[in-house]
Amino acid sequence: MELLNSPTYADPDVIRSSVPVVEVREVRKTYQLGETEVHALRGVSVNIGAGDFVAIMGASGSGKSTFMNILGCLDGPTSGQYLLEGTDVSGLTKKQLARIRNQKIGFVFQGFNLLGRTTALENTELPMLYSRVSKKDRESRARETLALVGLADRAEHFPSQLSGGQQQRVAIARALTNRPLLLLADEPTGNLDSRTSVEVMELFQRLNEDGLTIILVTHEPDIAQFAKREIVFRDGQIRRDEIVSDPQVASEVLKTMPTIED
Amino acid sequence: MEFSAAFLLALRALGRNKMRSSLTMLGMIIGVGAVIAVIGIGQGAAAKAQEQLAALGSNMLMVGSGSVNRGGLHTGHGQTKTLVIADARAIVRECPSVSAAASGTGIGQQIVYGNQNWATQINGTEPQYFGVRNWPFANGTSFTEDDVTQAATVAVLGDTVRKYLFGSGNPIGETIRIGTLPFKVVGVLAPKGISPGSGQDQDDVIFAPLTTVQRKLLGQEWLRWIMVSAVSRQASYVAQHQIESLLRDRHKIRPDDPDDFVVRNLADVADAAAEGGTVMTILLTIVASVALLVGGIGIMNIMLVSVSERTREIGIRMAVGATGEDVQRQFLIEASVLGMIGGVLGIIFGVISSVVVSQTLGWPILIPPYAIAVSTLFAIATAMFFGFYPALRASRMNPIEALRYE
Repeated sequence: MELLNSPTYADPDVIRSSVPVVEVREVRKTYQLGETEVHALRGVSVNIGAGDFVAIMGASGSGKSTFMNILGCLDGPTSGQYLLEGTDVSGLTKKQLARIRNQKIGFVFQGFNLLGRTTALENTELPMLYSRVSKKDRESRARETLALVGLADRAEHFPSQLSGGQQQRVAIARALTNRPLLLLADEPTGNLDSRTSVEVMELFQRLNEDGLTIILVTHEPDIAQFAKREIVFRDGQIRRDEIVSDPQVASEVLKTMPTIED
Repeated sequence: MEFSAAFLLALRALGRNKMRSSLTMLGMIIGVGAVIAVIGIGQGAAAKAQEQLAALGSNMLMVGSGSVNRGGLHTGHGQTKTLVIADARAIVRECPSVSAAASGTGIGQQIVYGNQNWATQINGTEPQYFGVRNWPFANGTSFTEDDVTQAATVAVLGDTVRKYLFGSGNPIGETIRIGTLPFKVVGVLAPKGISPGSGQDQDDVIFAPLTTVQRKLLGQEWLRWIMVSAVSRQASYVAQHQIESLLRDRHKIRPDDPDDFVVRNLADVADAAAEGGTVMTILLTIVASVALLVGGIGIMNIMLVSVSERTREIGIRMAVGATGEDVQRQFLIEASVLGMIGGVLGIIFGVISSVVVSQTLGWPILIPPYAIAVSTLFAIATAMFFGFYPALRASRMNPIEALRYE
């Protein structure tokens, strides 16, 4: 796949360099809910290197969603530093953050979050609408990316005409279309049946093998088994951070599963 | 995002709610349609009034004989015997703001041609009268200076008289009888229509040489009126003063005594008509602006609904890299497209309703091109003004909350 050899997320220099993709230092996040202060993150520090595949686990309210929002530049920390590819993004303006989300980060959500009544192709083109890509390039790049996630023949379909797994793959194509540095997936398999979940994980593993850094939030331990590293949050802090001891290969697992019609 | 993509996006977003979009546009359509119809009818009426005033004569003033006071008894206008041809000559000679003058008098008479007859006004005047009144001939020519000198029995017919006496026949060279005298018809005037000043049919008239009417029909040497043409519209007020002081001087009126003549300036009539038109236009413009305002509020309402309905879409767009400005621009363009389409349809609606009004009520219409351009721009501006707040609200959304919105 030519796309996967593109420089942005598979740049050998980035991989060889010691600069981590994500470097978080003593990040705290406090929300004011009426009279009470809610400490969503209480001093989190972590480094995630290029080419890593991290599963973030934790109960709801553990701070993992807040952490993901900060990693995705949707929210800023109350204190502490977040370096994305060595650049501090804590103090950037909304506009600069939007630019970073557009260029460096791809999002995949539990609920797919595709635009309805908009074709798979156009959904995939969406991030390119906000970067300076010509109309012709937009379409050809979106088609390439759809082919990469195995949906070349579904480009003109609307989300309502696609299965859940296909919709999530369109969402992944959309996340990949601007060739990001980092893919953030928030419970991407939460709405999918088990086989489709493994299929999505198979796609993630393939992308990761080609050099893409992936951070995935999940509360299913089986899904976390497909990652390389597991970070567990509790009460706004990292409780555990370790290499997955018994990693699974999704393509192997798929062979053992019964085929269900899409 | 480039403009063309944003524009297509707006069209599609509006196309998804066709019923809602068209109802929203309806406010704009009625507003702009009202503006166009008002301007069309107003401008048409103004143009028609100008045309009618021009038809009265070019920058015309009318000097009439005045009233007299006989032992405390005031007669009406037209009773003095002091207005004479020499006054008319003096007005042309001595008033610098006057370009021409034609003396005149008149009498009502019964006209006979063959077995047709008709009662009308016989005006005696001079050949330059037709120039002063700006009144072209449909057929034949005016009588001449010589005809005036010789008191020739020749006549020029107004269009109404021609119709009643001759129907479709050619009157030129025919002989008609005025009272007991035979007159040869030398010319027929083009129709001039109803006088905007008095409401009289200006074509129900016959013209003959001044001296002929004075001596052979009236037996009076004085004049009833002098038609004066000022050098320009602006000069007509100056000309009025010049004529008044000249005639007081010539008629030897003492400073405290009233005029024995009246000068009527037709520019007054025109100004009064124009002022009435202006008041009407202002009133109608206010009504039209209110309609446009209501249309704008409709757009604001729908844009607010649309922004809150599409909260999640806004969140998605922001997550993939749309800035607040991108989102704001998207909704502003949507509002202006509503305004623009509404404006264009409103113009069509306005033009059609103007035409219907003009055909059913017989009012003239005139829609100047600037009105179309201005009202389209105004519709877009109104839509953008009222779309600004909803767009701003969209642009200030927090992407995290927007994405969570159900």
